Amino acid sequence: MKVLEIRDLHISFKTDSGKVKAIRGVNLDLNKGETIAIVGESGSGKSVTTKAIMGILAGNGEIEKGSINYTWEQHESSEHGIIEGGTADIVKLSKEELQKNIRGRKIAMVFQDPMTSLNPTMNIGQQVMEPMLYNYNMDKKSAYEKALELLNLVGITDAKKRMKSYPHQLSGGMRQRIVIAIALSCDPYILICDEPTTALDVTIQAKILELIKDIQKKKNLSVIYITHDLGVVAKVADYVNVMYAGKIVETGKIDEIFYNPRHPYTWGLLSAMPDLDTDDSILYTIPGNPPNLAQEVVGDAFAPRNKFALNIDYRLEPPMFDVEGSNTHKVASWLMHPNAPKVDMPQELRKKIDKMLKEVNL
Amino acid sequence: MSSSTIKYLGKRILISAVTLLVIVAVLFLMLKLMPGTPFNDEKLTETQKIALYEKYGLDQPIIVQFVTYIKNMMVGDFGISFGISRNQPVANLILPRIPISFGIGIAAVILGTIIGVTLGIYAAKHKNTKADTIATLFSVLGVSVPSFVVALLLLLLFGVQIPIFPVLFDTDNLLMSSILPVIALSFGVIANVGRFTRSEMIAVLSSDYVALAEAKGLDNKKVIRRHAIRNTLISVITILGPILVNLMTGSMVLEQIFSIPGLGSLLVKGITVNDHNVVLAVSFLYSLLYVGLMLIIDILYGIIDPRIRLGKGE
Amino acid sequence: MEFLENDFEFVGEKHDIYVEEVLPVNSFWKDFFKRLKKNKGAIAGGICIIIIVLFAIIAPAVSPFEFDKIDTSIQSTSPNGTYLFGTDVLGRDLFVRVWSGTRISLFVALTAVIIDICFGMVYGLISGYFGGKVDNIMQRVQEIISSIPSLVILTLLLVIMKASLFTIILALMLTGWIGMARITRAQVLKIKEEEYVLASKTLGASHMFIIFKNVLPNIFGQLIIMSMFSIPNAIFYEAFLAFVGLGIPQPQASLGTLINDGFKTILITPYMVIIPVVVLAILMLSFNLLADGLRDAFDPTMKEA
Repeated sequence: MKVLEIRDLHISFKTDSGKVKAIRGVNLDLNKGETIAIVGESGSGKSVTTKAIMGILAGNGEIEKGSINYTWEQHESSEHGIIEGGTADIVKLSKEELQKNIRGRKIAMVFQDPMTSLNPTMNIGQQVMEPMLYNYNMDKKSAYEKALELLNLVGITDAKKRMKSYPHQLSGGMRQRIVIAIALSCDPYILICDEPTTALDVTIQAKILELIKDIQKKKNLSVIYITHDLGVVAKVADYVNVMYAGKIVETGKIDEIFYNPRHPYTWGLLSAMPDLDTDDSILYTIPGNPPNLAQEVVGDAFAPRNKFALNIDYRLEPPMFDVEGSNTHKVASWLMHPNAPKVDMPQELRKKIDKMLKEVNL
Repeated sequence: MSSSTIKYLGKRILISAVTLLVIVAVLFLMLKLMPGTPFNDEKLTETQKIALYEKYGLDQPIIVQFVTYIKNMMVGDFGISFGISRNQPVANLILPRIPISFGIGIAAVILGTIIGVTLGIYAAKHKNTKADTIATLFSVLGVSVPSFVVALLLLLLFGVQIPIFPVLFDTDNLLMSSILPVIALSFGVIANVGRFTRSEMIAVLSSDYVALAEAKGLDNKKVIRRHAIRNTLISVITILGPILVNLMTGSMVLEQIFSIPGLGSLLVKGITVNDHNVVLAVSFLYSLLYVGLMLIIDILYGIIDPRIRLGKGE
Repeated sequence: MEFLENDFEFVGEKHDIYVEEVLPVNSFWKDFFKRLKKNKGAIAGGICIIIIVLFAIIAPAVSPFEFDKIDTSIQSTSPNGTYLFGTDVLGRDLFVRVWSGTRISLFVALTAVIIDICFGMVYGLISGYFGGKVDNIMQRVQEIISSIPSLVILTLLLVIMKASLFTIILALMLTGWIGMARITRAQVLKIKEEEYVLASKTLGASHMFIIFKNVLPNIFGQLIIMSMFSIPNAIFYEAFLAFVGLGIPQPQASLGTLINDGFKTILITPYMVIIPVVVLAILMLSFNLLADGLRDAFDPTMKEA
């Protein structure tokens, strides 16, 4: 079942240097219980997309067109009895409706930096209990019980004592667990994780990812990961969306993206992914910088950085081409056009992927 | 209380004590060394000199003299006035003035903080609107224009042109005579507190934890009340110290303008007629007040802000 | 969809993929002035300061009247065509007195602030740069001095010394340097840890070289902004001292002494106090506006917006 469906989303920001078109026609689907990842460089628009889903765009941001349809099933809630199923377009909801019905109830979010996302002057217990007390009108005692339960669920030992702690007394990993507990206390269907592990130590990263995966299974959540780290994507995602300059340039199942990438930008990203046993000591990087979205983009935004750029790239924006043999794998590149010359991925990447495939098959 | 808290408090108290000691030492040295002070007055008669010598132990070693001096200070014996009112104990001059000065000062702080915080929060919530611009302009005006300018204008307007309030302070009509000075004094407090509250609140509103509170689905009122205002108010405590300094200087001039029989006007009188005992006593009192209040503010901040309360070290 | 003939040919060598999109990179100072220019308050403040300074320099020189010429036949004349600001109780022209008073107030404030910068900067530099015990002791001393209310320092100083231009500057200086020292030290501590300073150190640069080449240029902007905030403060303290009767002795005048003199006859001749008060208020306001603007332009992240 589709829980989230984004169609042709356009978002722009008013800034001193003019209008910045941060999101230029994004389509996205999320099914129940699945995990999708949105991958891209900073500034590609991945965070903006999720903020739009949460309805917490910055004041100068504006959704110009498109829809974000959120669908929920009929279900039973312990406090409100049976809740009817339905669909709502988040774009059309008022701020109050969003806050009352969606944000923190249907969709919750885990922020990037656990060091700053907890209120320094409020103890952990209060912060975890807040959504239960105010969103679901639970009484204090049962909220407390449930908070303890959640802290245990996210792997906090000595939960009773931690309820009284303040954020600065906890380590980064623990804080992120708390933030996840807070997100879960909202009882959401969709969990958005905005770079949930970038601010953490490598050793803790894996644990947090495991935790989210675990909870996802237990609660049958749909999860959206925002990240620039393909290592994270490989560990958690079912579907991958590669984003560049406010557009999704390649989308597909995780295997399709990792083993059969088609967009030169995805090639770049994959080649740039460091791994332990590549022989060549040179880390591949994608030349150049993302385009300035305050200026009108003509054609393919990636063309100036593309070694395989075609003349048409400077003229027309490529549509989404289906990759033959798959109904999930789509690529926005003129190289996919039947008339285009055939281009293979770089040799080094081919080798890298073959090696990965071998390891998987072993 | 954790050991770090005790360490922090201990350090603060120690610094305050040392500061007071330094001040008292300076005051004592001034008495000892300067011509024309009670200790070195050429016009003293022999009997007066003998009495002084006995009282302060001036024939004893200097350290003993210093200790005696501190002891006297501690029990409120600041010596005798030589200029303003001959042979009156300075304490008698000071005591009746304390409630007047403090009353006006405290009223101004309370009024100014309440209005300032309200304005600041309002401006932050309505950032970049007309109301915010007006509030910002007002606060720049309030921060820049000294309280005595405000006082003079108020006096001309509401004392002379439209005589609602008395021009001279009248102890029989405390309420009416206090209104203009309190307004004039609180003007700067409002501006300072308002400005600080606004910027602090804007920083808090754009913080990640407020974003998380929003993402939790709390309604706007709860986000503002439980997360933003609370954290803003904690920081506002930190600027009460500097505001206090402004208030002290401000009140000194205001007492001149409105002829308020307070400590400030006593100090000014003491300076102009060279009544050293009075000057030193009031200076000591001001220092004591200031150092004490700064200590209280710091401790209060430590109690309220969990980061300091339970923090690792400072 | 129509395609052109060469649509599906590689651009190839014709485009240099390594060319980065050149965003207009403005130099720091260009950005600084651009941001400053946008700030209406700062511009207005700057213009007011220039006008007031010009008047303070020129007006006393070109006026046919002397600031200390007593003429009892014209005492307490209200402002009119000849005496723009009127005359005081001794019949001295207030126009000349207000502007020469402004000149003295500005002179006092400027001198005090310059000395503050020099002393505070050296203190903060030594304390921050050398660290350790030196820093510890210097910080304690600074802490103690800053816990003595400046009001008390000022009055005690004035008990020892007679009120004069020098005493007032000294009094302002004694209390003003602490802020400068604090800012310098904080900046030094920050910069000391920067890579490029560490690099110079490993390359064997001397203390002096690091201080002058790496540290000073980086704290300069901060100090300028701080001093812009200190000037109105110094002007205020000067006026304050004058108002409590400890101002510059007659017949010299500063804005403070003019206000104090005018206040004595506020009920009869309010213009004597209003004019200098307004000049003082505008001057302080302008400096604060300009300082605010400079700060915001210098470091937009410090801006409260």
